[in-house]
Amino acid sequence: MEKAIKRYMPIFVLPTFCAFILGFIIPFLMGIWLSFCKFTTVTDAKFVGISNYIDALNDTVFRHSFWYTVLFAIISLLVINVLAFALAMALTQKLRGTNIFRTIFFMPNLIGGIVLGYIWQLIFNGILEKYQTALGLNEWYGFWGLIILVSWQQIGYMMIIYIAGLQSIPGDVMEAAQIDGANRWQRLWKVTIPMMMPSITICMFLSVTNGFKLFDQNLSLTAGEPSKMSEMMALNIFNTFYGRTGWEGVGQAKAVLFFILVVLIGVLQLRSTRSKEVQQ
Amino acid sequence: MKMRKIVSVLLATAVTVGMLAGCGSGNGSSDSSSANTPSGTQAQAKGKVYYLNFKPEADEYWQKLAKDYTNETGVSVTVLTAAAGEYEKTLKSEMAKSNAPTLFQVNGPVGLAGWKDYCYDLKGSDIVGNLTDDSFTLMDGDKIAGIAYVIENYGIIYNKDLLKKAGYSADDITDFDSLKKVVEDITRKKDQLGFSAFTSAGMDGSSDWRFKTHLANLPIYYEYKEQGINNTDAIKGTYLDNYRQIWDLYINNATCEPTALSTKTADDATADFVTEEAVFYQNGTWEFNNVADIGEENLGILPIYIGMDGEENQGVCTGTENYWCVNSKASEDDIKATLDFMNWCVTSDTGVESMCKDMGFVIPFKANLESENVLVNEANKYMENGKTPVSWNFSTMPSEEWKNGVGSALTSYAADQTDENWQKVVTAFIDGWAAEAAASK
Repeated sequence: MEKAIKRYMPIFVLPTFCAFILGFIIPFLMGIWLSFCKFTTVTDAKFVGISNYIDALNDTVFRHSFWYTVLFAIISLLVINVLAFALAMALTQKLRGTNIFRTIFFMPNLIGGIVLGYIWQLIFNGILEKYQTALGLNEWYGFWGLIILVSWQQIGYMMIIYIAGLQSIPGDVMEAAQIDGANRWQRLWKVTIPMMMPSITICMFLSVTNGFKLFDQNLSLTAGEPSKMSEMMALNIFNTFYGRTGWEGVGQAKAVLFFILVVLIGVLQLRSTRSKEVQQ
Repeated sequence: MKMRKIVSVLLATAVTVGMLAGCGSGNGSSDSSSANTPSGTQAQAKGKVYYLNFKPEADEYWQKLAKDYTNETGVSVTVLTAAAGEYEKTLKSEMAKSNAPTLFQVNGPVGLAGWKDYCYDLKGSDIVGNLTDDSFTLMDGDKIAGIAYVIENYGIIYNKDLLKKAGYSADDITDFDSLKKVVEDITRKKDQLGFSAFTSAGMDGSSDWRFKTHLANLPIYYEYKEQGINNTDAIKGTYLDNYRQIWDLYINNATCEPTALSTKTADDATADFVTEEAVFYQNGTWEFNNVADIGEENLGILPIYIGMDGEENQGVCTGTENYWCVNSKASEDDIKATLDFMNWCVTSDTGVESMCKDMGFVIPFKANLESENVLVNEANKYMENGKTPVSWNFSTMPSEEWKNGVGSALTSYAADQTDENWQKVVTAFIDGWAAEAAASK
């Protein structure tokens, strides 16, 4: 059977592979080429060398958005994973109604980012109005607003992954630890977490890359107000592309830099957590 | 076993082919409007027209007009309308396709800069001959790159009835000081009257263009006028204090607190106006259908006074940011078909009727009909009375980035009205202009 699957692999892969080439590889290569060009429409570009990259790196707003994004990614990574892990622990206890709670915590993840952004904008502004201010007037309101929003959206998703991880820990290992006299805390740190490393790797990878790539929530919640101070990298790229005549190539160059950055961070993060994974 | 192999191969092929076909079919469908063409005329129709429309409010009428044209001549016309505020984005992606728009629009010199390589020289075409004035062309050197197809006005729309209730009439308002007096008096009597002077000056994306673009036009207009120029790379900001005066008046006499402005939308402002919670609403003639609910006889429009000398002779802001351009990279046949279509729109009875009556446009062509838009007629009275209209100079603003910078600074200033915060508006206005002008390439 396995042999047959191997033999027909090309056929089974073909549809997805074609889609991947059309939807990813070709636009990706075109994107890299365009980052060295001046263009108005993507099919009609003129090569200009690395000037786009120079403009991109000289852009102070881009540098600000970089630090803002890094900070956001770190904090959202911590908040989301700690809370999701805690929830997963709580909801794998033998309690009544855990399935209902799992469903409820997972549900926000089913709503699109733009919609969430606008809904939370109304909520936050409704509260801030009482204090004579608004979300768009202070970059840190926007920052914490985004943290709350993505936590609310993503904790449920990460929780499901952690629950799956927790459930796959063999009972005999836990039992053995208990018999050996390990207390709850020791069991958590010495048994559960090491056994959970594969889940932690994937959850951390997802939340750190999501943090960097955040776009729709940023666009709908703050739109970069005030004066681009709450603009994250993806939104900055988008605004560069459309904000000025002739800056399409610079936006493209920023996008390539952004891609390299996200890949680099993703790989480093995968390496460092992978090395902590244990064999069951 | 053999059967299963065959089935799996077939399935995989079917999925692949289906997917590719799905991707490819987009091109074919745009011709579908020619399906209802009478068979007799089909033979002579060579080119086709693809219009990327800028005005969502007119979409319905353009679709109908396109169908009428196809029925009459057999030439296929496709009209696609970009969502509000998404025109440049839509245009960029549509122009990259093999079936690109043959007719599109730019907003003026700055918009043209990005698209000039795509603009067909309209010199000598029939439609240019039908213009009432040469100033309605958009030039790129010697080339006629675009022509205006609609003339619009904006100013301070007001509710005559409410103004009367407050004890005033439009005749009392002839300059900034008298406007300020009336507005502040209304604010003082707000509780007793039950309405405010201005609608919310919302700085949400749906509404902020009224101030960062349209209101900002006034200081720019006076500066250009003083220096006798119509474009610049370095704005001086001579009249920014006047800009501050009028902005202060708007935000401190509105239906909402200045701190809440960043959340207010265009719909909020319209609602303030039609529910008669405010007397004044800065907007333009295009807003007519939305504000007509308060009764056409109640609608009037005032010039935006910012406290200049001799401004009692100033009229409303009149101009256009809608220039038609023909895609020079389209095929010869398509260009010809497009030129014919444009000319038909502004000369034939059906076309002119649709543009002037249904869409409510004032068109700068000889066949223009008298408008049924009360705001247009009110605005025209200023011209008839010899007032000087304010031209639209905001199409010379260096970039979207500049507008956004000024808009953000205005919002921050509104929330905390200190000199320091106003200085940020000034910086965004003057330094931002120079920086953006230098950055555009």
